[in-house]
Amino acid sequence: MASSISAAAKASTAFAHKKELAAPAPAQHRAGSSRRTKPCRVRAVASPARAPRAPSSTGSVKSAMTMTEKILARASERAALEPGENVWVDVDVLMTHDVCGPGTIGIFKKEFGEDAKVWDREKVVIIPDHYIFTTDERANRNVDILRDFCLEQNIKYFYDIKDLSNFKANPDYKGVCHVALAQEGHCRPGEVLLGTDSHTCNAGAFGQFATGIGNTDAGFVLGTGKALLKVPPTIRFVLDGEMPPYLLAKDLILQIIGEISVSGATYKSMEFVGSTVESLTMEERMTLCNMVIEAGGKNGVVPADETTFKYLEGKTSVDYEPVYSDAQARFFSDYRFDVSKLEPVVAKPHSPDNRALARECKDVKVDRVYIGSCTGGKTEDFLAAAKVFLASGKKVKVPTFLVPATQKVWMDVYSLPVPGSGGKTCSQIFEEAGCDTPASPSCGACLGGPRDTYARMNEPMVCVSTTNRNFPGRMGHKEGQIYLASPYTAAASALTGYVTDPRDFLM
Amino acid sequence: MAAAPSATAVSTAALLAPIRAPTSAFLRRTQLTRHRDHSLKCRRAGPIVPAAAAAAAGSSSSPSSAVFHGECFVVGDNIDTDQIIPAEHLTLVPSKPDEYRKLGSFAFAGLPSAAYPTPFVAPGEESTRYAVVVGGANFGCGSSREHAPVALGAAGARAVVAEGYARIFFRNSVATGEVYPLELTDTGAWKECKTGDVVTVDLSNSVFINHTSGKEYKLKPIGDAGPVIEAGGIFAYARKTGMIASKAAA
Repeated sequence: MASSISAAAKASTAFAHKKELAAPAPAQHRAGSSRRTKPCRVRAVASPARAPRAPSSTGSVKSAMTMTEKILARASERAALEPGENVWVDVDVLMTHDVCGPGTIGIFKKEFGEDAKVWDREKVVIIPDHYIFTTDERANRNVDILRDFCLEQNIKYFYDIKDLSNFKANPDYKGVCHVALAQEGHCRPGEVLLGTDSHTCNAGAFGQFATGIGNTDAGFVLGTGKALLKVPPTIRFVLDGEMPPYLLAKDLILQIIGEISVSGATYKSMEFVGSTVESLTMEERMTLCNMVIEAGGKNGVVPADETTFKYLEGKTSVDYEPVYSDAQARFFSDYRFDVSKLEPVVAKPHSPDNRALARECKDVKVDRVYIGSCTGGKTEDFLAAAKVFLASGKKVKVPTFLVPATQKVWMDVYSLPVPGSGGKTCSQIFEEAGCDTPASPSCGACLGGPRDTYARMNEPMVCVSTTNRNFPGRMGHKEGQIYLASPYTAAASALTGYVTDPRDFLM
Repeated sequence: MAAAPSATAVSTAALLAPIRAPTSAFLRRTQLTRHRDHSLKCRRAGPIVPAAAAAAAGSSSSPSSAVFHGECFVVGDNIDTDQIIPAEHLTLVPSKPDEYRKLGSFAFAGLPSAAYPTPFVAPGEESTRYAVVVGGANFGCGSSREHAPVALGAAGARAVVAEGYARIFFRNSVATGEVYPLELTDTGAWKECKTGDVVTVDLSNSVFINHTSGKEYKLKPIGDAGPVIEAGGIFAYARKTGMIASKAAA
């Protein structure tokens, strides 16, 4: 036992040593408005003796960097970084959930000792969300493992659920981790967030570095607060032009993935800029960043701006400082899109890059529609679907399943008035349209899950879904066919029973 | 460690012994320890004798000198983690030994049966007969589930030979030391290989040989990741190299 602890202690000593030698990063210069940000966290205070600093680290000689490079430079206390360099970074937040948490905890205990403590109880966020409303005993046990660990470690942010019969009886329970992270103020510009889920890249919407890691890497982070990361080169996507009223961010990212393929951004960062991106809400920016992994991307980023700062107001008391790509920063490549000319798209089975125009698929008969997940189950996603149902005034022709991402989204679905409806809520509109009653918030059937998961595809059916993946078997059945689409397109398809361009109802 | 003595039992007879395919799956099924055992690695000492080396285990200090030999299982492009290990099995926790083995029995359970009539793990078995997986581009795309390389390793596969990897799968393979994610220098090998072909993966010569078709393919060197996988993952490697204190030390 003692030896295990000494292993942990030695590991952290090694890191501390490294920290002392490294020159502190100069305060990042600020670009754009940062009215709402507070002064930079001073990391250098703890370092007693500084090694002599090379001119390049004093700020007088500065190399141009992209946003992702800058975030990683600051987190590794380096003045400058080049793509391809491997650096040890300080992790600001580590997130795990019920699917990968138990394995991560297992590795942490095995490697650091049964009595080991996590590196920072306030920087670990644990969110049960995947397999919650199921009678699967092992799934239930996994949530118990999370709870025991959080109690033992006094983890500050654990969004627990005990009463599975009624999620509302669990005030702490949130739901889908990526949306909960944003809503609870854990996503902050300029920081490094790692999570044991590939869609952790969702948080890039806040101008932070966020990426998914495995259990073993996460176990290491739990013990040390550090991760060895390779600095990715950045591909820049410039989206300009006014967003047509029938498009959503989902159309933009499906357009992009269709352009560069499911491996087009492997090992790379994707930065989204341009007037269209600036006009997007935070939830829409999340949709954009959420799916960078579907192009193989390591992370996605949107520069933080007034929209970001406003969203964060009242959500966090942690000081943060956004960083921005330098004008001279080097990008791996540039893609430009005139958004005003784009049309609603879908990703056909069985790959997120199998792009087609929604109207080209109008003969594809569908068996069901699914609106939910981290990608497509946010408040605005339901407002968008409600807008289509409201515009049509008709009833759905196929079973339509609604799974709000989080408890907050669920509340919004039942309380927020839909614009132009005379005060009706989404839930009222969904009921009038004949949709299934909105289910308890969780990852639901997005990734199939245990057999009794709500709306899981247990038969080989065709589904239009606002989720993020359509590989074989993703929603449960190996022969099931999934068409990925925006909430507009999903709702329009529910109304006709065929894949449908939402302009049929919105124009 | 019952299997340990065989790691050093190198004899001329063993070197000249006929091919015992599927070597690694056979050996693996007979032992229960989770971590890599040297008896499972068919390392070569001296001039390459690919076929014979499979049955032998030698000692070599040079990194990434492993040779894997056996039958291969062939898949195509963009094999995502849901096909490697379907989400319904993610309730299994890889760090628990019995659940680790169970994960192995579900390896590749998500492949569509029509396109892949031969299962990777035969019904009722826990291990696979295929030591090597041959794939196309973007192998392991999709989720960050470490269950994916773990399932392949737990089933007894030793290496994946593909045209490219999704980032997280590659990293998880190295971090866990479960399988060697090896990259081919050219495309199209998976189209020329059939499930059941007898193959050799030779890390020191960076070559992948299909004995059934008689074709040879170049591999990109595994580089610094090789010793990490050989040690059994990042923690084992860090202890072995003194980066973190050994558990055995006081």
